[in-house]
Amino acid sequence: MIIKNKTVVEDDWRILRLNEQDAPDSVSVPSGKVIVPLKVWQAQRDTLKTRAELGVWLESSETAEDLQGDIARFQVIAVDFPRFADGRGYSIAYHLRERLGYQGELRAIGEVLRDQMFYLQRVGFDAFVPRPDKDIHEVLKGLSDFSETYQASVDQKVPLFRRVHRGVKV
Amino acid sequence: MYRYDQFDHQMVAERVAQFRDQVRRRLSNELTEDEFRVLRLQNGLYMQIHAYMLRIAVPYGLLSAAQMRMFAHIARKYDRDYGHFTTRQNVQFNWIKLPDAPDILADLATVEMHATQTSGNCIRNITCDEFAGVAKDEIVDPRPYAEILRQWSTFHPEFAYLPRKFKFSMTGAMTDRAAIAVHDVGLQVVKNARGEVGFRVLVGGGLGRTPVIGTEICAFVPWQHAITYLESIVRVYNEHGRRDNMYKARIKILVKEIGIEEFRRQVEADWKFTKDGPCTLTVEELERVAACFTAPSYETLADSDVAAAQPGNTAFANWLQRNVKPHKVSGYASVVLSLKKPGMAPGDATAQQMEAAAELAERFSFGELRITHEQNLVLADVRQADLFTLWQAATERDMATPNIGLLTDIISCPGGDFCSLANARSIPLARAIAACFDNFDFLHDIGELDLNISGCVNACAHHHIGHIGILGVDKDGEEWYQVSIGGAQGNTSSIGKIIGKSFKFGQIPEVIARLLQVYVDERFDDERFIDTVRRLGYEPFKAYVYATPVEDDAELAGPIYDLLKQGTPYELPYYSPRF
Repeated sequence: MIIKNKTVVEDDWRILRLNEQDAPDSVSVPSGKVIVPLKVWQAQRDTLKTRAELGVWLESSETAEDLQGDIARFQVIAVDFPRFADGRGYSIAYHLRERLGYQGELRAIGEVLRDQMFYLQRVGFDAFVPRPDKDIHEVLKGLSDFSETYQASVDQKVPLFRRVHRGVKV
Repeated sequence: MYRYDQFDHQMVAERVAQFRDQVRRRLSNELTEDEFRVLRLQNGLYMQIHAYMLRIAVPYGLLSAAQMRMFAHIARKYDRDYGHFTTRQNVQFNWIKLPDAPDILADLATVEMHATQTSGNCIRNITCDEFAGVAKDEIVDPRPYAEILRQWSTFHPEFAYLPRKFKFSMTGAMTDRAAIAVHDVGLQVVKNARGEVGFRVLVGGGLGRTPVIGTEICAFVPWQHAITYLESIVRVYNEHGRRDNMYKARIKILVKEIGIEEFRRQVEADWKFTKDGPCTLTVEELERVAACFTAPSYETLADSDVAAAQPGNTAFANWLQRNVKPHKVSGYASVVLSLKKPGMAPGDATAQQMEAAAELAERFSFGELRITHEQNLVLADVRQADLFTLWQAATERDMATPNIGLLTDIISCPGGDFCSLANARSIPLARAIAACFDNFDFLHDIGELDLNISGCVNACAHHHIGHIGILGVDKDGEEWYQVSIGGAQGNTSSIGKIIGKSFKFGQIPEVIARLLQVYVDERFDDERFIDTVRRLGYEPFKAYVYATPVEDDAELAGPIYDLLKQGTPYELPYYSPRF
């Protein structure tokens, strides 16, 4: 189960993670709906690009620009959070959406917890795979912590000061 | 000052509810301490030696009498009758119990305050010139911009998990009173040749383990582009700042490693996508916010010779000389209420003093106060005719010590008495120094001298930019102190140089006496200590300090250090890793 479009849904994508002995150019990519590491995509591009359904995931040390020119090939792009406090994934998501114009599913994987959900959604994630030990319905609640925001981001392109009439009512 | 509208109120209320639920989940063990730590820090809650410490944001150091009264209420209801004003213009309470923290935040929300982002690896409270809006040398009032940036940085979704903390400081005056050169980003609001307002932007300054003076990244960013430009700086840092070593994670290290030209290139490459976009500031928004910072209804008054009206009153004359600052409006003055009475912890105020300060603000200064990064309070708009009455009232509450800018106006972190990061005590050392140099004539003769004491290398008391800086270091479990001289804040910021091997607690007053002796012997007429150090270099000071053994007056240190290690724990879970 994952969270997608603000509900808990079934999901049949598999995330391929490399073990220590796996090399990106030789690891076997299972058939079906697989989200492969960026390095595997880059190493096996010629064979993988024939697949009808393919996803790719980025490590937090990689950048959105590494996918430039390819983003339309993927049904899913995922960004890994090795630790929830590693905030690079937020800027990767921002770049994918704002700079590269990625419109498809953007999935947060790794250490995805309730208390980061609101910000994750703001920078453009629309699918979330919570850490397995957490109750997914609890995690879902994190999406609605706030009902208004000051600054623009991916979810709201216009800052508050341009959207509403502000000021103390007298 | 800025007043919350319905949107500000709503977001702060939702933040309180969010944190209340996080505390509930921590207490029921749904959240581990590792998961919770980051959340509580972003709400200003630290785990210290004795209890939790709550750091409350005072945006750009400006607050109302009602807000100051709320601090007194918090001190009485949830703490031990006192609080501590910090070098980042915030206030800290030292004896907080975790289950009380959400209630405190709810109380704060009633007076339009919060503790959001006062800690954690995010954009912190933006500090500002304490004389903003009233200083004679001001070019542009920076407060509306500080408030606009406060709102932009509050709950910024992309920048809550930066490599490390991120501090802005801002000034709009000729004289930098906000130490902008030693912040991650320093902003100087300026006017260009055509009279247009913009920002001179410094980046990569900071203290801590690697003190660095900030470098100019842009001489003039038009005010409309402040948000998009600064956002690009923080974005480049978020992506490329080091995360492998927390001591190398601040933006100053990134800027040093790739160089200012490359860093500027990356910022500008990012900025071109957002420049002139929807986040460009509007005149309407600037005017809405600036309307909160209009001048109070000053009377038309002439300047007067206040000292002459009290002939023979040297105590008052001393106070006028040290604690009263010029005001841009004739007939008015700004007053610094000293929180540095010898014997008191620097920056501490009792609940009674907080209430007294609030009352003085209402009586004499349009109901507003400021907190200085030197840990004092300011009443910015006092009629000169009221100065004598104000002085009498402040004296009654021990807030009129005439020592602003002098040796005993010591800047000190909480140190080993409270802070779990500290290597050594700061407050007792400040007290010992103040006790040894208690002669006002001597202090006035020595003149302007910044003495900063940090209990560890994190440099909360800015010891690198003290004319005399003292840093607590740990040697085999014992507290020692490293002494540096030649540091300075302001327009000619510099990082102090360590004079030699470190000292015991009981040696420090004698070390300071020797440094001052060299100064007194060598100074020209009006030369300040820092100027003499700059002229002579630090060698003559070092030579004299180390020429003969420095006696260790062990009584000064007292037996308290050992007692501190035991503390007085609360009977509560999740309270401190030390016990």
